[in-house]
Amino acid sequence: MAEQVTEARSASASPTTKSSGSASADKIFAGLAYGAGGLILLVLAFVAIFLVTESLPALAPKVFSNVDSIKSAENFWVYVMPLIGGTLMASAIAILLATPVAVGIALFISHYAPRKLATPIGYVIDLLAAIPSVVFGAWGMITLSSAMVPIYGWLHDNLGFIPFFAGSPSTTGRTLLTSGVVLAVMILPIITSLCREIFLQTPKLHEEAALALGATQWEMVKMTVFPFARAGIVSSIMLGLGRALGETMAVTLVLSGGVFSLSLISSGNQTIPSEIALNFPEAFGMRQSELIAAGLMLFIITLVVNMIARWIVSRHKEFSGAN
Amino acid sequence: MAKRIDAIDLNVYYGSFLAVEGVNIRIEPRSVTAFIGPSGCGKTTFLRTINRMHEVLPGAYAEGQMLLDGEDIYGSGVDPVNIRSEVGMVFQRPNPFPTMSIRENVLAGYKLNGTRLSKSDADAIVEKSLRGANLWNEVKDRLDKPGSGLSGGQQQRLCIARTVAVEPSVILMDEPCSALDPISTLAVEDLINELKSDYTVVIVTHNMQQAARVADKTAFFNIQGTGKPGKLIEYAETSTIFQNPENEQTLNYVSGRFG
Amino acid sequence: MTTAVKNPDQGGTAPTTAPQKSSGGNSLTAGQKPTWTWLAVAGGALAVGAGLAALMGESFSITGWLIVAAILYVVGMYIATRVIENRRRATDGLWRNLVWAAFIIALIPLISLLWTVFAQGLPTLLANPGLLIYDMSTTNGATDAATQNEGAPLSGGFAHGLIGTLMITVVATVISVPIGLLTSIYLVEYSRGGWFARAITFFVDVMTGIPSIVAGLFAFAAVQLFITTFIGSSPAHLQMVKMGLSAAIALSVLMIPVVVRSTEEMLRVVPNELREASYALGVRKWRTIMKVVLPTSISGIASGVTLAIARVTGETAPILVTAGFLATTTWNPFSGWMTALPVYIYRQLINPTAPADPLPSELRAWAAALVLIIIVMLLNLVARIIAQAFAPKKSGR
Repeated sequence: MAEQVTEARSASASPTTKSSGSASADKIFAGLAYGAGGLILLVLAFVAIFLVTESLPALAPKVFSNVDSIKSAENFWVYVMPLIGGTLMASAIAILLATPVAVGIALFISHYAPRKLATPIGYVIDLLAAIPSVVFGAWGMITLSSAMVPIYGWLHDNLGFIPFFAGSPSTTGRTLLTSGVVLAVMILPIITSLCREIFLQTPKLHEEAALALGATQWEMVKMTVFPFARAGIVSSIMLGLGRALGETMAVTLVLSGGVFSLSLISSGNQTIPSEIALNFPEAFGMRQSELIAAGLMLFIITLVVNMIARWIVSRHKEFSGAN
Repeated sequence: MAKRIDAIDLNVYYGSFLAVEGVNIRIEPRSVTAFIGPSGCGKTTFLRTINRMHEVLPGAYAEGQMLLDGEDIYGSGVDPVNIRSEVGMVFQRPNPFPTMSIRENVLAGYKLNGTRLSKSDADAIVEKSLRGANLWNEVKDRLDKPGSGLSGGQQQRLCIARTVAVEPSVILMDEPCSALDPISTLAVEDLINELKSDYTVVIVTHNMQQAARVADKTAFFNIQGTGKPGKLIEYAETSTIFQNPENEQTLNYVSGRFG
Repeated sequence: MTTAVKNPDQGGTAPTTAPQKSSGGNSLTAGQKPTWTWLAVAGGALAVGAGLAALMGESFSITGWLIVAAILYVVGMYIATRVIENRRRATDGLWRNLVWAAFIIALIPLISLLWTVFAQGLPTLLANPGLLIYDMSTTNGATDAATQNEGAPLSGGFAHGLIGTLMITVVATVISVPIGLLTSIYLVEYSRGGWFARAITFFVDVMTGIPSIVAGLFAFAAVQLFITTFIGSSPAHLQMVKMGLSAAIALSVLMIPVVVRSTEEMLRVVPNELREASYALGVRKWRTIMKVVLPTSISGIASGVTLAIARVTGETAPILVTAGFLATTTWNPFSGWMTALPVYIYRQLINPTAPADPLPSELRAWAAALVLIIIVMLLNLVARIIAQAFAPKKSGR
């Protein structure tokens, strides 16, 4: 652009006598800002490159480290698939439990709670979001898991024909289902606050039009709020899922891990983040590569989930632009 | 210190869009010149080329010459930042810096540029500028209070004081009274009349009565339709423009038939 | 208020006769259930719930009773409304109750968690204030066994964890704040919506979603690659990888997107008029940014940075894999393993100092959890206070 070229030149030929400092300071500052942005792109590129580089020995042991198999299994996929399965199951439990409650609370704050109550509840939800994950883990490990034991017994006795509730129920309660419950509590505030934002954006005119037609409050919500917020709800669930997939401590502390099994009420199963946290501190060589490669898989899965969420949001933006 | 302004075949672009076309105008020093015209006719755009403020918008640039006492401000190697300390600007809405006191606002041109001033120099500049903006008596007891606590008219005069403080040779005003009540407007108009003894004042206004009240000469800008460039239609003594314009478009506009 | 005006068509339950949405207190109360209905239903639900709970469970549990009663209440209210009023009202009431239930369900874990942490942590901390000033260097299985079995005072503490968290967080802040600030300045002040800016925005979004443990692995892999490439790859060199700095890099990966996002938002709120006012005074762009734009938005930026710090202070996994853990105090984040408070909690719980007598470790973990929660809550509070107290004064009129 022409004026930028001009701006970059020295001020010596200025027709005026006043000076406002040298133009080079401007260039340096702009360069710094540009550089910082570039650094972020670079860092992300490095995240991908480093993770891939360090994973290669585990991903293709014959090519990169001259051994026939990795340390924990005959090949990487045999090792990682049960972990991916455990991760997906735990996250699915969390999403199934958290979504109805989160949408309910969001509705409560945006449309049902008395005004005086809505703001403090918003704070309480933010408070929940601020509690460190390790504290959630500790609570799940010590308080929640023992409280879950009788429930597991009941589930086993009455619903044992479903594969998820088969198997002997854990006597400590430290199962994948308990981890899922802790994860649900952890992602609850995320989904809630995103949904609340969207619900509050429902056009007031639509709501009042519905009420003026004699709709009850629920009918108004069903007619105006949900259609408006549908894409937003889905994308906030996806973002919550992204968080659940990557959450470590809630599972590491709670779950008494083991091999993959469909049973949610007996000990067993493991998730990728938990596997890494439990084993990485003592790992070296091939074991380290295996764990980093597992992390790479987790990175890819969360990336896909997050991109789908963003894609839904951006597609929704085009539609709502007409409003 | 007031300087003459000459625009020669000036075209203003936003990206590839030609916003103002072929302006030729001579603005005399120590005078008030008003730009009038319907919305979107390019009068503000043209005003902003006089201190190269339009370049702040992405993709905007100007072609042709803009002479300040015979020196082209679009000449190669000219730093727009230096032009702006020579040609001051007052905006449509009063915009005192919210983080600064009244005193700091007046000294903003120095403070922001990192110029060191002795306390006595600074005090002198503050008093002179505020007196110059007819604001001294109203604020002299609360110079350390935030500038945003003043009334709208006082804020606008504070912005004028801020502009005057850096001793420019030209003051551009972009609809300076459009956000003000009638009493504040009167105060600012009085001020404009006083400023012309020291400065070249150029004012854009939507209000034809205002142009008639304050301006020595008036320029009428018009636009043929959306997407067409704005043009300078007629430029003459204010009385001529309002009572006896040559161009029919001008006549239609000043008699209230459109715009 | 007199609401006793009887309407002639009182018995009518057809939808057309009761479309009004009453919140009590008006006279159009025809066909509505009496205000005491909910009390009656609640009483019935509690009574029946008690019976059912006693029948179902081998032992009478208060929790089970309340859950059953709550379900009965919701169903009972639906039936009562449907019988007395109409289906639409009943549906409305049902969803209202369910929404309230969602809220109460969410409160249970929060209250339970806070209760557990305070009930376990506070007495421990009050009885053993030394936890705050000692590290674990003199604590071993024998001392913990003595504590659990012979009533010896609780030994050890988490001062090293506090120091580790402090140092790692400070280094992470020093790395991320300039980068985050400059990036958002680029996005708001310099970029003109080109591919570069769009790429940054997109990848900042991507970074927000990076699992924290992956950020830890990245920092580990990056530092390891750096050390093996430039310094050496002997086992001793590989040992160097784990240090506070690596953890700080991991936390920066998590922190930068938060800082960029919040700062960007704050910078965009600064009115363009202020920038133009500054330019019109002949002030250069970088000075305008430094002296006008940043001061105007500083409270929002500071609040965002504080929230970002609060977020990473509680992170466990990335620090665990990058800085490891240690029983002794170290102030040096550039060499050697380092314990952060969350990692300390984690290690005490999962790997108690005395495996056979885990109680002292558990107590220390709860006390540390309490301190961690207090730190994080304080940071959140500070962020709110900054945002409110130093918000730019809106114009006087």
